[in-house]
Amino acid sequence: MKNTVSRRKFLQYSGLTGAALILGVSGNNASGATTVANLSNLDEGYNLSPYVIIEKSGKITIFNTKPEMGQGTFQSIPALIAEELELAPGQFTVLQTGGEKKFGNEQAAGGSYSVRSSYETLRKVGASAREMLVSAASKQWNVSEKECYAEFGRIFHKPSGRSLGYGELVETAATLEAPENPRLKDPKDFRMLGKPSKRPDIPLKVSGKAVFGIDAEVPGMVYASIERCPVFGAALTDFNPAGALKVTGVEQVIPVERVFGNYKTTGVAVVAANYWAALKGRKALKINWDYRGNEKFNSADYTQYLRDLAANEGITDASTGDFDAVYAAAANKVEAFYETPFVAHATMEPMNCTAHWKEDNQLEIWASTQVPSDIMNEIPAMFGISADDVTLHTCFNGGGFGRRLAIDFVVEAVSLSQKIRKPVKVIWTREDDMQLGPFRPPTFSSFRAALSPDGKLTAFQHKVIAPTILSFLMPQQDKTKVDEPMVEGISRQAYEIPNMKNTFVFADCPAPLLWWRSVTSSTLAFSHECFLDELAHKAGKNPLDFRMEMLTKDSDTKRVLQKLRAVSNWDAPLPEGKGRGIAQWDFFAGLAGQVIEVTRLSDNSVRIDKVYVVIDLGTVVNPDTVKSQMESAVVMGISAAVKKGITFANGRAEQSNFHDSPVPRITESPEVVVHILAEGGSTIKGVGEPGLPPVAPALANAIFNATGIRLRKMPFDLDDLRG
Amino acid sequence: MTKYTLDINGKKVQVEAEPDTPMLWVIRDYAGLKGTKFGCGVGLCGACTVHLNGQPVRSCSTPVSDIKKNDKITTIEGISDNLDHVIQQAWIEEQVPQCGYCQSGQIMSAVALLKAIPQPTDDDIDTYMSGNICRCGTYNRMRKAIHRAAAMQKGK
Repeated sequence: MKNTVSRRKFLQYSGLTGAALILGVSGNNASGATTVANLSNLDEGYNLSPYVIIEKSGKITIFNTKPEMGQGTFQSIPALIAEELELAPGQFTVLQTGGEKKFGNEQAAGGSYSVRSSYETLRKVGASAREMLVSAASKQWNVSEKECYAEFGRIFHKPSGRSLGYGELVETAATLEAPENPRLKDPKDFRMLGKPSKRPDIPLKVSGKAVFGIDAEVPGMVYASIERCPVFGAALTDFNPAGALKVTGVEQVIPVERVFGNYKTTGVAVVAANYWAALKGRKALKINWDYRGNEKFNSADYTQYLRDLAANEGITDASTGDFDAVYAAAANKVEAFYETPFVAHATMEPMNCTAHWKEDNQLEIWASTQVPSDIMNEIPAMFGISADDVTLHTCFNGGGFGRRLAIDFVVEAVSLSQKIRKPVKVIWTREDDMQLGPFRPPTFSSFRAALSPDGKLTAFQHKVIAPTILSFLMPQQDKTKVDEPMVEGISRQAYEIPNMKNTFVFADCPAPLLWWRSVTSSTLAFSHECFLDELAHKAGKNPLDFRMEMLTKDSDTKRVLQKLRAVSNWDAPLPEGKGRGIAQWDFFAGLAGQVIEVTRLSDNSVRIDKVYVVIDLGTVVNPDTVKSQMESAVVMGISAAVKKGITFANGRAEQSNFHDSPVPRITESPEVVVHILAEGGSTIKGVGEPGLPPVAPALANAIFNATGIRLRKMPFDLDDLRG
Repeated sequence: MTKYTLDINGKKVQVEAEPDTPMLWVIRDYAGLKGTKFGCGVGLCGACTVHLNGQPVRSCSTPVSDIKKNDKITTIEGISDNLDHVIQQAWIEEQVPQCGYCQSGQIMSAVALLKAIPQPTDDDIDTYMSGNICRCGTYNRMRKAIHRAAAMQKGK
């Protein structure tokens, strides 16, 4: 039988991205294909990546490799396979993968990358399976494949009306050669893709049944709370566990390391029979820390430090024409300086992880994580075990926003369990989450520009001054080169600027930093698009017209702005006391533009009325998910724009919980109108992040329009704009 | 350690806990009902909202010793057997949750709102729901879903 060979070939072919399919056959049975696979007897020996399991009973399982954190991958990723496999939403079960090698090395959700990185490959997986099932049916009936078609989990013979379920065909199908180039469906025939689809995780999430990392339950499990020094970069000198050990339920007090890229600190874990005892024990600890001078770190000095760095020329990110000469000779120059804060992710589910280091050195992990593949690569390396000895349960993420791209909390739990040889659940408190970072870094921006007498932008410079995320993640960062994530987007906008020179100045920072939804674009779009607004006003032009004048060539940005003009009624005058602002941003995650309308409540305050969003996607998988992601990004963008970020004093974060680092509540959520540009084309853009960057600049520009107040510093207080 | 007999979702649950243990951990780790979530620990975010005799309370800030003999506690698991509460149905219809972590608490607040004010205005919704944070920003959908649930309830 060539069963094994053909399956290997199929897997090789689809191995372009590590994607592959096993059609319900256990490889133990290479000759007969008689054993129908289920999760417990899938053959690992093939080094395969089984995305779909069809069992003889007809049960179909599709694996989702992209962790679900609210962005909808639990629906959108399996739908790519199910569409081509002609399955309706209720006809298959979705299971989340746990970083297993057979599912490839891209089991991660980040960068708004999940759907666009899977769109072609997973559809091919589904299409191949469909063709094999069609072929199996035609053989069974001894009819031409051309007379057969797949629909809702069955193969039909058109002339006779006969049909067989996939489960009835899977044994035969698995003996067939996998098609090299399966025919993909014409998008006009899509039943699911491109149409609003209900998400299978939602019933679980409205009944309390969805399992998040924090819900893991292991027999014999203990709980841990860890006191880590609130001063960044401090070292543990010594500690006295006596007080903690007196608390009923406390079992052990042991030091544990937090590892986050280059950033390593040691905390003291209190292990107890229940979480409350662990918390009480933690409060009773006596610890001496060596602050190593970092206790002097504070926001006032740090802000001044960043301002002073602006005097440096910086490393050039990109340039066009001759900025220096044109700017020097210009008559009409404009300068401005913008500042933004550190912010915390504040996912609703605090960081947590349950780990069980067993007697036989097998390790089992339960975590809400964006990066199962990273865990399976890094944990075995750090702890000197084989990935084959690690089982990871990727749970629903109670928010990610980039925070769960780090695995510091996983390292803590694993190392604790290794020491105590018991299953242990480590739960961070909200205070830990707010205070210990990692934070989104601030960016400061120094602008210089020149306008011609007819109000055209002739020279432009955006200099970014910022501490960098990669400094924390990479041992030997080359600081003679631009740190690209810190200047993302500023040189790649579609605007045609004849003389441009954008530069970057490195700053140091003792606080740990990390990616945060839309990362630096969440601050750079604010400064960049607000400064363009300043230039438009200086030039005496409508801010949208001013931008359009710099977009003579066709571009996605141009289409987004044109669409925004139409849907927001940009050219219709607003009633007295109202204002509107516009902004767009094109960056690694995608492209969106917004118009925000505000009402002036007093000389010094406004209310946000309405947000128009246009997102450019090329192709859309679930428009309702896109809509909800835009609504979400708007609220989070408002949060970053108007809510107090994280500030520092005495080496530590000054905020600790939602009372002093608030986030928007239901009373602060404006009407959001979403338009999706999905007119085909070769590129698919991301969804999760692009809705965020335009919020702050569109809002600040609207505020200027309504009040004449130009905001150059985030966050700003809507109730006290001059504050 | 003290023994408590609690009425959770109509079932008697016996637990042995320190009197200052918040109900949140009793519900989650002693009674094994994981739908109620830990968010902030100090009653600021509402993720831990349950009903105490029909009134929404923050279980993270309610010590088990505060629970009186005939008190009835209702958690997300206790509001319906088959997702058939109008709030749950409306939540599904409007596809409200994103990450979903805050949603048990949101739903418990919304259930209490509809019980108190069957046809709530937007202001009523603001009053009842502003104690619950959703970091994903599903607020507009929750508002729509509450209005939808109110309409469904009226039609019943």
